[in-house]
Amino acid sequence: MATLAAATPVRRETEWSVAVAGAALVILVIAAPFVLYPVFVMKALCFALFACAFNLLLGYVGLLSFGHALYFGWAGYLAAYSAKVWGLPPEFAVGFGTTAAAAAGLIAGVVAIRRQGIYFAMITLALAQMMYLVALRVPMTGGEDGIQAVPRGKLFGAFDLSNEMTMYAFVAAVVLAAFFLIYRIINSPFGEVLKAIRENEQRAVSLGYKTDDYKLVAFVLSATLAGLAGSLKALVFQLASLTDVHWTMSGEVVLMTLVGGLGTIFGPLVGAFLIDGMENYLSSFGQWVLVIQGAVFVICVLAFRRGIIGELAARLRVRL
Amino acid sequence: MFEVFGVPSQALFGQLLLGLINGSFYALLSLGLAVIFGMLNIINFTHGAQYMMGAFAAFLLLRHTGIGYWPSLVIVPIVIGAVGAGIERVFLKRIQKLDHLYGLILTFGLALIIEGLFRNYYGSSGQPYGVPESLQGGRNLGFMFLPNYRAWVIAFSFLVCLATWYAIERTRLGSYLRAATENPALVRAFGINVPRMVTLTYGFGVGLAGLAGVMAAPIYNVSPQMGSDIIIVVFAVVVIGGMGSIMGAIVTGFTLGIVEGLTKVFFPEASNTVIFMIMIIVLLIRPAGLFGRMA
Repeated sequence: MATLAAATPVRRETEWSVAVAGAALVILVIAAPFVLYPVFVMKALCFALFACAFNLLLGYVGLLSFGHALYFGWAGYLAAYSAKVWGLPPEFAVGFGTTAAAAAGLIAGVVAIRRQGIYFAMITLALAQMMYLVALRVPMTGGEDGIQAVPRGKLFGAFDLSNEMTMYAFVAAVVLAAFFLIYRIINSPFGEVLKAIRENEQRAVSLGYKTDDYKLVAFVLSATLAGLAGSLKALVFQLASLTDVHWTMSGEVVLMTLVGGLGTIFGPLVGAFLIDGMENYLSSFGQWVLVIQGAVFVICVLAFRRGIIGELAARLRVRL
Repeated sequence: MFEVFGVPSQALFGQLLLGLINGSFYALLSLGLAVIFGMLNIINFTHGAQYMMGAFAAFLLLRHTGIGYWPSLVIVPIVIGAVGAGIERVFLKRIQKLDHLYGLILTFGLALIIEGLFRNYYGSSGQPYGVPESLQGGRNLGFMFLPNYRAWVIAFSFLVCLATWYAIERTRLGSYLRAATENPALVRAFGINVPRMVTLTYGFGVGLAGLAGVMAAPIYNVSPQMGSDIIIVVFAVVVIGGMGSIMGAIVTGFTLGIVEGLTKVFFPEASNTVIFMIMIIVLLIRPAGLFGRMA
């Protein structure tokens, strides 16, 4: 019966707050490259997508993956490698990186979902560390140098991505589309089941849901979208490097999501822009970045668990 | 000289010894994690940073006050443990009632702060710390050369592990601890100060990490990132062993160290990923871990 009920979704009006914020987002993304440095905005957009993908898992299923750098970083490597060595056009390079991330997510998901809670976090972290060590060793990744001078190529054979604004349009279109997809997933019957698992897994099981299957699908979706973000970033910077597979990257995406607001639609986006901007601004301070990041973590957990957008939404009593 | 499976015995036993050394640290650290997890239900991500602080404390004591290895072995765990107790009082106490994931994130943040501070002041490169005079040199066992200090590390960490196991499983204080793990409210009703016990437990677990740090200082270089390098491996060790039992953590730690050493001999390419691979296999066959029970 439960699956029957899930198959007939309740049609709900789009909330006005989400619609307004979404429209504002589209306008901002269109206006941003004329005000800010386009590469900075593209980087932030990639991180925003990464954080939204991560939030799909932590915010809506309650699974804390501490190894999302695996999908982000390795997709970047594979996109960069296929574009540079095999000469794939950008749409296929990105597609290849994303597909590989989906496959990695499926394998890691099958392993990690066997345990819950804290164990899940430790397992995902350990798997990501393993693949970091692999990246350090195999010749394909170029070790400490990474894969450099990746050609951006021509999109669909027509649009030359070496032009900064064309590249921006491509990244913006993909990220906004992926963002809309995540929004649709969250509001689908499938998304409702995910939220039910987050709130009370036992009850979801007793209602007849195979929660492990739902968790696995959510994990693969999240890994895939993280891979999409990583592939795009590799093209934007024409570089894939060890930084993106390191555990600090897995930590950073947790931070972005937490600062912006766990389980909110726009929170991870805001968090990504903030953290990215902060790092840009603080890059001259060297190791202090680590200390400040740590401090932000501590403050968020102790006093600011709803995050910026979560707090805003609670104040305005709307959904964001 | 003789050969085992085509490997010279010298190399084989050398790696085996190195594996046992690594295993000693895996055991000490995963033991601390298990003790803390049992009482606080928190995975202490700061554990690696606290291990690093132990090594640095020994290094700084020697450099600035001339206090050597042996006094450090006593002073440092107490100091680091006290710092840990402070962390519990100031930070962890406030998130007791929240989802366990917040504990992981909070301790991760603390680890970043500590590592960042140490990197700021001491740079990323390692600092050497000499082997204490009384343990310099080594002896020839006929089939291999055994440095005294390494023998000491293995023996002493084994002893510390056993003592901890005895204290928790066989003494009165340990029984309070185990009872408070099962049902804190009930133990409180019997007039035992559970919050203080929680603080002390955390301090003790952290002290173990500090002790491991002091012991590691003469073997590895003392560097700010030594903690984050080892803690993720220790997490895998904990997943493999399961955190249900103290003995499980000890046995798994030593065993995996040996397995890692052997891999270095027979299949060097996989030596630093072998523990993660074992973790995957164990999860597929026995998800609760070798010694654990499903929560």
